[in-house]
Amino acid sequence: MSIDKQDVQKIAHLARLALTEEDADQYQHSLSSILSLVEQMQSIDTDGVEPLSNPLEMTQRLREDLVTEENRRDAFLANAPQTEAGLFLVPKVID
Amino acid sequence: MNWEVVIGLEIHTQLSTKSKLFSGAAVGFGAEPNTQTTLVDLGMPGALPVFNKEALRMAVMFGHAINAEIGMTSVFARKNYFYPDLPKGYQTSQMDHPIVGKGYLDVMLEDGTTSRVGITRAHLEEDAGKSLHEDFQGMTGIDLNRSSTPLLEIVSEPDIRSAKEAVAYVKMIHSIVTYLGICDGNMAEGSMRCDINLSLRPKGQKEYGTRTEIKNVNSFRFIEKAIYTEIERQADILEDGGRIVQETRLYDPEKNETRSMRSKEDANDYRYFPCPDLLPVVLTQEYVDDIKATLPELPSQKAVRFQSEHALSEYDANVLSSSRAMADFFENANNVAKDAKLTANWVMGELSKLLNQEQLDIENSPVSAEAFGELLVRIKDNTINGKTAKDVLQAMWNGEGSADAIIDAKGLKQVTDTGAIEAMIQTILDANTAQVEQYRAADEDKQKKMIGFFVGQVMKASQGKANPGIVNPILIKMLKG
Repeated sequence: MSIDKQDVQKIAHLARLALTEEDADQYQHSLSSILSLVEQMQSIDTDGVEPLSNPLEMTQRLREDLVTEENRRDAFLANAPQTEAGLFLVPKVID
Repeated sequence: MNWEVVIGLEIHTQLSTKSKLFSGAAVGFGAEPNTQTTLVDLGMPGALPVFNKEALRMAVMFGHAINAEIGMTSVFARKNYFYPDLPKGYQTSQMDHPIVGKGYLDVMLEDGTTSRVGITRAHLEEDAGKSLHEDFQGMTGIDLNRSSTPLLEIVSEPDIRSAKEAVAYVKMIHSIVTYLGICDGNMAEGSMRCDINLSLRPKGQKEYGTRTEIKNVNSFRFIEKAIYTEIERQADILEDGGRIVQETRLYDPEKNETRSMRSKEDANDYRYFPCPDLLPVVLTQEYVDDIKATLPELPSQKAVRFQSEHALSEYDANVLSSSRAMADFFENANNVAKDAKLTANWVMGELSKLLNQEQLDIENSPVSAEAFGELLVRIKDNTINGKTAKDVLQAMWNGEGSADAIIDAKGLKQVTDTGAIEAMIQTILDANTAQVEQYRAADEDKQKKMIGFFVGQVMKASQGKANPGIVNPILIKMLKG
């Protein structure tokens, strides 16, 4: 199975990656070969096999409903390039 | 053309846990921006989520309340999309294996009929942060306090056929989650938000039409209005031969219109996959059964009890049990009044009227259930009649004191002294000799209609204080002459 250049650009857009023409060519090639491998795996008979959601044979541990974290806003905001009034600032989002 | 509307609802309820779904940060509305966040909520690389036990318990509780299959193995999945208030780039949610599977609710409509609304699923997921679009140096401000707050998203089947039915369904969900104590139900603070999927099809057609999704409607009234406007919009387009575009829309309550938010083109491509940071959640039958045993009396059960215990009609029982606050008010007032039918009538009648006028919820009623019950006692023991009681209630509402204090202060006690009533009637008969003669000449059927005039005169003369139960027989006797 192979994918076309348009698919590559769409996937890149969903991941918010800007690809050059060259990049797109390369990704089209490598993604296609991954899909070929998947295609090969699909020939295996998996009837009656439960889909696996995690390879670890363990189940989720649970946490007590307790507030264990303190307010560390100043430390967190210090990582941000721009802040105001306790908020992280990001380029204007127009929905 | 005659259109049938098809509606499915997604209701996000915020679970009332102390801490977040995947971190030990506090949950709460109105805190200073970004003071309730952790490395996990900020999506810092390497920070790992740990699942909150209480959120799980609450979700299972809800599952029991809607007669649902509980997901004995549920799996968290990543829903991928980019938005600045979602720093990880994905929302941790559930897809193929939700915690709550298929269930249903029987919803009581205004006309007294019941309709069953299927619930496809309810799954646990984390909320996103908040974007503030006011001008911060031409930028957008991000507050991540809400990030990772636990939500239970309740997805209905497209079983709903009208705005009224949609509202009745949402009210019922609201009443269940507040009865269970798993959500504070505060819609104004966003504790319950509703996405409305809506399409039209010609009546009788089997296939669904193209639907639109109206996002984040946060009041019962807006849900109803948003549905009406969207039905109208879609019908206009279809009747002009146009086509509905599948898209997300936003309801603007100020303009009472829906408008396009973003095209679904990309938005729908969420590329869900199982979250590698979280393991499958596996429940034991014992755990599930133990939670079932802790369920409080639910609105539908309360309604049945109100009918059997208090001999209320099905309609009255349903209205009174619809919210926990209403049910508590009724039961507390009735404990004082000891007359369920009277209490039901007055809670649903006069009290509700006053609450509606001032747009108050019953939990904020200025007249307490006990004080209300005392007023009803005075109706029951004939101290005052119903008409006077309305005035007393209004005075109680205005903070003029208890029922008894107001009755005393205003001298509203009914006249039950038969001698005084007889004298009053005699005066009226003397003053209206023509009517008395007409009455005496009339046949029995006519007399029954004519007596109203005399009753009215007595009430007027007594300023509404004469007890009609005493007035009527004396009046009839004296009219006979």
